[in-house]
Amino acid sequence: MKDAIDRIFQKHPDAHRDSLIPILQEAQEINGYLSNEVVVEIGRHLNLPASKIYGVATFYNQFRFSPVGKYHVMVCRGTACHVKGSAAVLSAIEQELKIKAGNTSRDGIFSIEVVACIGACGLAPVISINGEFHANVDSKKINEILDIYREDEKASKDGGSE
Amino acid sequence: MFEIEANKRIIDAEPGETILSALNRAGIKVPTLCHMDGLNPSGACRICVVEIEGMRGLVPSCSFPVQEGMKIETNSPRAIRARKTIIELLLANHPDDCLYCVRNGNCQLQDLAEEYGIRERRYAGKKNVYHLDNTSPSIIRDQAKCILCGKCVRVCEEVQNIAAIDFVGRGSKTVIAPAFEESLNVSSCINCGQCILACPTGALREKSYLKEVVDALLDPEKYVVIQHAPAVSVSIAEEFGLKPGKDIDDLMVAAFKRLGFKKVFDTSFTADLTIMEEGSELVSRVTNGGTLPMMTSCSPGWIKYVEQFYPEMIDNLSTCKSPQQMLGAVIKSYFAQKEGIDPKNIFSVSVMPCTAKKFECARPEMGRNNIADIDAVLSTREAARLIKMHGIDFDSLTPELPDMPFGERSTAGKLFGATGGVMEAAIRSAHFLITGKELSTLKIEDVRGLEGIKEAKVKIGDLVLGVAVVNGVGNAAKLLDEIKAGRKDLHFIEVMTCPGGCVAGGGQPLNTDKDAIKARLGALYNIDQTETLRTSHNNKQVQELYKDFLGKPLGEKSHELLHTHYAKRDVLL
Amino acid sequence: MTKETDNIKIDKLLVALSHQAVCSGDAPKEDNELSGILSTLRREKISKPVLYLGAATCGISAGANKTLIAIENYISEKNIDVEVVEIGCIGLCSEEPLLDVQLPGKTRLTFSKVMKDDVNDLLDAVLSGAPLKEKILGQHSSETLEVWNDVPYLNELPFLKPQKRCVLKNCGIINPSNINEYLAYGGYRAFAKALHSMTPLEVCNEVEFSGLRGRGGGGFPTGKKWKFALGAESDQKYMICNADEGDPGAFMDRAVIEGDPHRLLEGIAIASYAIGATKAYIYIRAEYPLAIDRLKEAIGQAKKYGLLGENILDSGFNLSIIIKMSAGAFVCGEETALIHSIEGKRGMPRPRPPFPAVCGLFGKPSVINNVETFSNVSSILEKGKEWFSSMGTAGSKGTKVFALSGKISKTGLVEVEMGTTLRQIVFDIGGGIPNGKKYKAVQIGGPSGGCIPEHHLDIEIDYESLKEVGAMMGSGGLVVMDEDTCMVDVAKFFMDFIQRESCGKCIPCREGTRHMLEILESITRSRKNEDPHNTLKRFKGIMYLHRLAEVIKDTSLCGLGQTAPNPVLSTLNWFRDEYEAHIYERRCPAGACIELLTYSIIEDKCVGCGACAKKCPTNAIMGAKRAPHYIVNDKCINCGSCKDICKFDAVVVE
Repeated sequence: MKDAIDRIFQKHPDAHRDSLIPILQEAQEINGYLSNEVVVEIGRHLNLPASKIYGVATFYNQFRFSPVGKYHVMVCRGTACHVKGSAAVLSAIEQELKIKAGNTSRDGIFSIEVVACIGACGLAPVISINGEFHANVDSKKINEILDIYREDEKASKDGGSE
Repeated sequence: MFEIEANKRIIDAEPGETILSALNRAGIKVPTLCHMDGLNPSGACRICVVEIEGMRGLVPSCSFPVQEGMKIETNSPRAIRARKTIIELLLANHPDDCLYCVRNGNCQLQDLAEEYGIRERRYAGKKNVYHLDNTSPSIIRDQAKCILCGKCVRVCEEVQNIAAIDFVGRGSKTVIAPAFEESLNVSSCINCGQCILACPTGALREKSYLKEVVDALLDPEKYVVIQHAPAVSVSIAEEFGLKPGKDIDDLMVAAFKRLGFKKVFDTSFTADLTIMEEGSELVSRVTNGGTLPMMTSCSPGWIKYVEQFYPEMIDNLSTCKSPQQMLGAVIKSYFAQKEGIDPKNIFSVSVMPCTAKKFECARPEMGRNNIADIDAVLSTREAARLIKMHGIDFDSLTPELPDMPFGERSTAGKLFGATGGVMEAAIRSAHFLITGKELSTLKIEDVRGLEGIKEAKVKIGDLVLGVAVVNGVGNAAKLLDEIKAGRKDLHFIEVMTCPGGCVAGGGQPLNTDKDAIKARLGALYNIDQTETLRTSHNNKQVQELYKDFLGKPLGEKSHELLHTHYAKRDVLL
Repeated sequence: MTKETDNIKIDKLLVALSHQAVCSGDAPKEDNELSGILSTLRREKISKPVLYLGAATCGISAGANKTLIAIENYISEKNIDVEVVEIGCIGLCSEEPLLDVQLPGKTRLTFSKVMKDDVNDLLDAVLSGAPLKEKILGQHSSETLEVWNDVPYLNELPFLKPQKRCVLKNCGIINPSNINEYLAYGGYRAFAKALHSMTPLEVCNEVEFSGLRGRGGGGFPTGKKWKFALGAESDQKYMICNADEGDPGAFMDRAVIEGDPHRLLEGIAIASYAIGATKAYIYIRAEYPLAIDRLKEAIGQAKKYGLLGENILDSGFNLSIIIKMSAGAFVCGEETALIHSIEGKRGMPRPRPPFPAVCGLFGKPSVINNVETFSNVSSILEKGKEWFSSMGTAGSKGTKVFALSGKISKTGLVEVEMGTTLRQIVFDIGGGIPNGKKYKAVQIGGPSGGCIPEHHLDIEIDYESLKEVGAMMGSGGLVVMDEDTCMVDVAKFFMDFIQRESCGKCIPCREGTRHMLEILESITRSRKNEDPHNTLKRFKGIMYLHRLAEVIKDTSLCGLGQTAPNPVLSTLNWFRDEYEAHIYERRCPAGACIELLTYSIIEDKCVGCGACAKKCPTNAIMGAKRAPHYIVNDKCINCGSCKDICKFDAVVVE
């Protein structure tokens, strides 16, 4: 992990305060979240106190401080999606996966996050799982979508257990 | 200069200044909560809004610049209603805790609620619930009472240059905390307490040791003694409603005696002692090629600052303990022996203008044989509370003198409460130590005053010493970086953590008005002007202490009791 | 000649073209060879079929990726020689994935809803000259190519006919990844013209007198804003493009960047020249990864052509454009918050004055404009300020792009002249409300805006007219609502959004909107087990909503707070009866507030099968076998499972 962070710092030599957010974004890509360790390292590199780094990172929606699931479900919370029933979609997903938004399932496979507008309002309600978009989601047919990933997970587990 | 109209009066306005500045100069009061003199306006609280003809919406007077022809109404019905609503909104998310709160009677939010006649709980709803952080020996963080004005963050970052705390999160879920919402004791906080002075409510307060002190006073086994710092006697009167700048030293001593303290000593005595030790140390370093520049070590916030941020400069620090700790050490050795008291039974209390002293007294190096030099530190505010709690009426007191053998003090020692005071005292005695002659003009103007960094060249015999005086630890970094970069012309640096010096310390009465600070300083300088014993080396009792017990400055006994060491600190930076 | 030398030739010619435009002052003289190359790039004459696939985010969400794979498989299997071009979005989201097919000599055909399983049959048919009629949406018009019989023209379709596509001119037409196509369609001429034959002040004037106003929502005259910055003296100035598009329900900027990124770059370049900025930042939302890729690509291409960088087109003007990804905060759409975010701080606004044009990014004069604002600039310089001001109303000139979504038949992007009525947009272009439902309102302006009820549908859209009815232009998001939408719920939704996104700096917004939200929540909460104290609070809540709204509007630090009460005030104004039903009757007329619903079983229809009772999670349904069942309302949590499972339609909800 230290190597990955150092590589990021090498891309930003002589970095100043205005590189903070890009560095945080790149650092989050390493593990999917920002650990305390990483925040302290970034503070050292930029010569800024850890409280400042943490204060900036916690302001923005994008940054997470605990790991997300293998399949991260993002439910769009935009106006169009809301009017087309995204609240029911979220409810259904929470019921199915047995976790609330903002949390990760105990086995670490699924996590749910509610996001501000994805920008595909014409196809509301929209959800995105690991970057893959699903449009016109029907809350009553949520399992059809979730099953795709459950199958994937099963396949990878079976495949790996040779 | 041009003219604007405010509340139907014509007042002066300077181009570029804010409306608030012009209003204040004209004596028109507008409430503020997040405003900080000398720093850029934050514009966060919105309570300073005023109505201006022709402008849509209400205008924040703290940040909006004056314009020619402006017509301002500071108390229009719309402005008052807005302020009332803002106060009600703050109260709606505030614990209904006034009666139990340390700021009861002295709280800006409480004052505003009273001033605007808030009588109804209009916006009831869920209040945020938080953990209390009382891990720090000096400061308690009570997030539930925080109104997020941001003054503590700004003081810590922009004034003190530490940034131990910052805003975390966003919106109504914002809290002010160290990184990772860790507790204060593992953060880079240096315990200076400037945040307490800035906080308008009880969200930040000192850790109180009143209970320990009262318990000790009531314990028949304990021999309880008390000392008070130079800055305390010129400030404590404010807690009793008197104007800043009144020195009530002798009355205060009487009050302490009434409370049951067996002995009341004066920390200014050991300030003189410190000058002997530190002066000798400086001379030694200068003549023997020791680490220079030497930096004072009486400010515990400053010590923690160096240990955290500039550990490579630890050797520059004087090894002298602070006057508080020196007195604690000699009480539990010299005094105990002389009086035949078992040091284990002595409960040593100090009254300090400082919250970092609460941290200092708990440092493991400050004691011997598992007996701490100082057992409890009370701030000036706590001392006043103790006096009030016991119903002591100042009008009925007769002045009393402090106790020997630690009661005599020079005005040089008393100047330790002022920024530049340690330097002035040191120069007066260094001159004598080096040349054997008294300094002709004891008042050294160059090191007096409130600027952050003052420098001077002092001629002592054939030596020319370069000295610097810093107040506000944020200013110290500049000098330290210059020294690290190779600056060689400085020999001695005085650093006081708090801007303004100890008279403006974290434990002082909550009045950060520049005039109040100046008045307190004025009182100290007045004492220096009027009393006769003005140099530390002429303090007979100090001489007696050396003759009788310590031997000589920097001698073996001195090293054991009066000197200490420091170490790098691993904290969340 | 190889493809590479072809390309180099094109590059050189096109850049020279831009120069030429400058030197001759008028339209560039195109010699035959250049003409030929441009015509080829515009695909006016093709030698082999071209397939254009709408592969922007909307298309991909609808399945265009899979369609593309199917197309590629088809091509390799049949071993045919066709060109496949990925294009942006023409704006008809409800018909995605869209596939255009252009056969040599014939006009370009657009097919709608082309899923991966439709590809084989569709391509078989069209490539043989007999396209499947049921999949055709329309054909592009052309002066030279042969038209298809019995196929409507795209620009005659009710969705496209009333539109005036200026900003969206190239979206869904050109390949956004090829700068040459943009150049072939007239791109970068305006920039070259500005650099060589206009002073910065002249450019500002042209834009100011065209009447262009900020399209991000503020509506501030663009040219005027530029002049403030032009007049400020400084060693460095910045131009900033706000591509954060935080309004939920808005996706205009995304479509423009994904479909025609060079239009944005050209606009930024011209604007930078106009104020004297040598550095420009594009602050774009991290949730738009495809748009970011397109921008990076486009900037790289522009640099290679010398249209960005040092001494652009030998004019002595330098400009570099840097992309900054936002990290997710709606408040960063506000100018000073955006600046702080670029500076690496918490995105919290600060008091103004001083305004960014005087003291902005890093303390230097900066101008912030919206993507759509920039995208209008090149046309204004090319066609002249009179052309622009000939469109629109007296106070609002030009066109506006709207993102139409919600309960409407045709969702997507529309660009219309200012002054078009809402009725035209919703019913003529959008095709009205689907499923036979009744129109209720359209939300315009996002969380800062308001709703327009039926009796105001004939409003001519412009900045001022919308303000008069308590709404706001905003960035252009239009969300249509029907009789099943509860307006109290909508107000609550927006207030919830504001509470989440409020930066928390100032008290009226942070604490005030929190209480407004609590009042709205108490109105939509279940009445079961409510104690009288809460009932009284609920009644008083409405009075306090107004009071709070006024103070929040009057005293908030930034636009987010100042406009936060708008949705509540607007819905309260036009739909007071719904609020009153919620408060006094504890009933949601639209049936959307789940906690206020009452489920009951119609005795006559119930056969007593007991299926509902088995499903009920709280055992709230009682009844003997074969006898009509009934629901105990105090236990019912309104989940709706009984209604879902009843085969006899015996469960009703109101």
